[in-house]
Amino acid sequence: MSIGAGPYLVLAAMLFTIGAVGLLIRRNVLVMFMCVELMLNAVNLTFVTFARVLNDIGGQSLVFFVLVVAAAEVVIGLGIIVSIFRRRTGVTADDLHLLKG
Amino acid sequence: MLHPLLGAATADLAVFTVSAIIVLAGAVGVVLARNPVHSALMLVMTLFGVAVLFVEQQAHFLAAVQVIVYAGAIVVLFLFVIMLLGVDKEEVLEVEQLKGQRPTAIVLGVLSLGELLLLARTQWATGAIAVAGPADGPGTNVEKLARSIFTRYLLPFEATSILLVIAVVGAVVLARRPTVAEPDGADEGAKA
Repeated sequence: MSIGAGPYLVLAAMLFTIGAVGLLIRRNVLVMFMCVELMLNAVNLTFVTFARVLNDIGGQSLVFFVLVVAAAEVVIGLGIIVSIFRRRTGVTADDLHLLKG
Repeated sequence: MLHPLLGAATADLAVFTVSAIIVLAGAVGVVLARNPVHSALMLVMTLFGVAVLFVEQQAHFLAAVQVIVYAGAIVVLFLFVIMLLGVDKEEVLEVEQLKGQRPTAIVLGVLSLGELLLLARTQWATGAIAVAGPADGPGTNVEKLARSIFTRYLLPFEATSILLVIAVVGAVVLARRPTVAEPDGADEGAKA
């Protein structure tokens, strides 16, 4: 409680950056999804930090909604991955170049 | 027991430092692990670290939900799909598929990190404190969060139920096998 907002925000920024770089680097769609989860968690950490610093419970309410949306997003995303995998053998982003000109 | 000279501040600092190291190590592990299963396990580590930081900031309900929903449900779903598809093969990370992808990604990442840190140093004086209700004071965290969600954020809360129903319907539609065998076109993946 005695730690100010700064360290938490820096940590969240680093977590977000690692997630974003991972999303750009990795080719496996499942790992890319996990990197999206990392970025969502970084934002959640920021929300909770500001909820504490500004003494406003609204930040925590927003994290609750982010959790719900993340759960729905994972369900649909994994469903899409499974249905892609039925058609072809790889789940890397390089296998999905059907629209390539 | 803590030594009396070490106050609560030291304990807070220690908790934060250890959790921060766990969170960052897990995040780096997710990105660098070759095996998707290892990535998923590293993701669990990160999620637990974030849950500890939630507890540290008095967000007890969210910490519990983080462990139950994220580590308990979402990661298990990830592992389930990995095992179902049998993609738990090692990925060759040395070969760069797209030329210059990694340097570009790292440069972009460093740039966005610098931007975020710059923004974090700015003072955001909105003057609006505790719009949705105070986070401290009497009452438990769950009580205050519930009061906020079920009064001020009631409409978004109802909207999430619609969202979940849509997600369930979408998942069922995606998972359904077409009853009529589709003509397997000459080219691969006529309908991917």
